[in-house]
Amino acid sequence: MSARLESAASLTIDQVREGLKSREFSAVELAESALEHAQQENSKTNAFLYFSTDRALAAAEHVDKKIAGGEDPGPLAGVPVAVKDVIVTKGVRTTCGSRMLEHYIPPYDATAVKRLEQAGGIIIGKTNCDEFAMGSSNENSAYGPVRNPAALDRVPGGSSGGSAAAVAQGSTVVALGSDTGGSIRQPASFCGVVGVTPTYGRVSRYGLVAFASSLDHIGPFGRTVRDAALLLQTIAGRDEMDATSAFAPVTNYLAQLDGKVSGMKIGLPSEYFEGLGSETGDLIQNGIKALKSLGCEAREISLPATKYAVACYYIIATAEASSNLARYDGVRYTIRSDGETLSDMYRATRGAGFGAECKRRIMLGTYVLSHGYYDAYYLKAQKVRSLIAEDFRRAFTEVDAIVSPVSPFPAFKLGEKLDDPLEMYLSDIYTITGDLAGIPCMSVPCGKTAAGLPVGMQILTRHFDEAGMFRLADAFEKAGGFAG
Amino acid sequence: MKITESQVRYVADLANLKLADEEIGRLSKDLDEILTHIETLNELDTSNVQPMAQVSFDADESATLREDHERATLGNEAALANAPQPGSGYYKVPKVIER
Repeated sequence: MSARLESAASLTIDQVREGLKSREFSAVELAESALEHAQQENSKTNAFLYFSTDRALAAAEHVDKKIAGGEDPGPLAGVPVAVKDVIVTKGVRTTCGSRMLEHYIPPYDATAVKRLEQAGGIIIGKTNCDEFAMGSSNENSAYGPVRNPAALDRVPGGSSGGSAAAVAQGSTVVALGSDTGGSIRQPASFCGVVGVTPTYGRVSRYGLVAFASSLDHIGPFGRTVRDAALLLQTIAGRDEMDATSAFAPVTNYLAQLDGKVSGMKIGLPSEYFEGLGSETGDLIQNGIKALKSLGCEAREISLPATKYAVACYYIIATAEASSNLARYDGVRYTIRSDGETLSDMYRATRGAGFGAECKRRIMLGTYVLSHGYYDAYYLKAQKVRSLIAEDFRRAFTEVDAIVSPVSPFPAFKLGEKLDDPLEMYLSDIYTITGDLAGIPCMSVPCGKTAAGLPVGMQILTRHFDEAGMFRLADAFEKAGGFAG
Repeated sequence: MKITESQVRYVADLANLKLADEEIGRLSKDLDEILTHIETLNELDTSNVQPMAQVSFDADESATLREDHERATLGNEAALANAPQPGSGYYKVPKVIER
């Protein structure tokens, strides 16, 4: 095995392409080494719930055959990919981090999965996550928490903690996650990788197990902006199987990574800089300085509805979740607890199958939708959501991008916030707003604290302006913004 | 108190969730805290605000209507493959009708 292959999937997509082209390694060799690395690391980080070895090797053989036959093997040829376990994979166990789906073998592939495999990507396994993507620390997985590769006594963030960790620890080049209230950006920030939440509807959600349908997104993780942009490129675009997927043509993102950010107007929302941990605040300020030295014009802006975002989100997200999770009733999905009547069976199955956080959110969602409360909670929240979206619309008439922290603090210790759900919810404040407005947003590494904990900077842009977001993030990354 | 234990039991019933007594106690406390925080929304006057029912859409209403062609479905066997109790091509559940 070549020296380069020993570091397996710590390559970039471009390096994989070169390595395959020059026959330095084959796609099968790369897949085998990625699988070996991921399996070894799993005793430390628990990032993976399942390794899809057969499927990975078959896909890699297919890529090798194409290369041998002189065919174009695709833009992701041979690239090891991890997929969050809320995204279905035909014939490959998909648990959503829940006991409820412990034995679930999906009968179809998600569109994003299909597209990335058609582009030559190699799915090596399914990653750990908070149960049904509900959580900010990965501690709500029924299969044990993920540990942060940068500090094993700390959380990787959530809910896509396993995907962030898989990329951070170098087991795969890129990964797919899902984001409903920050579940891609916050773990990306905690683990020191790039994480992207595209515009609502940019990526088909066919095959993403539904949590909150007006907020759910699929998005990519990578170690570089370029890799994340390329993965998004392959999965984005209209899909007949998801009526909410957008018709807007997909921009050539890579062509936009030209470093031309001089004169770009950056908005700094004052509401996002209150109550920051001091080290996080200093690192983000350093990042803003780096953007200014690239010629960006920074100005303070205001997004006044921000303080209501968490309350708004936890009404809408839980209301939608309580409806979406009603389908797990012991009839169709693998687990059933005995009950004398049909109703007893439903109740017993759901009582036994769901973990504490899922139950909490189902209960809150059912309460806010129950008779007599609809106007006071759900309708009110939808109106506040309009105000939050309007804040962004107004801001984007003045600025091209908004820059902020991703999280008020870096990765915290396992168990530290587990007993206070409200405090955990409040820590999602900076990421929730982007999901409520449906705009593209991402986390890009912005240095490390004295203790070596990564901190991410958030970039948000107008609907469907992923290109502008990537251009800024790429220029920042190349300027060494991540070095702090 | 925003929510009482008896309300929590009523909501659990609506949600088809069988909960142990200690879960009811814990949920009463948690939901009470969260609902108290949610009350901050009442500070905002939203009487002239339209609710946001659609997140983003760039096409007209008919855009998602496709041609009505017959196409293959999942099929009975695949649809039942994950069922805890399939039988004779159906999902089996506890008896709901007395005869």
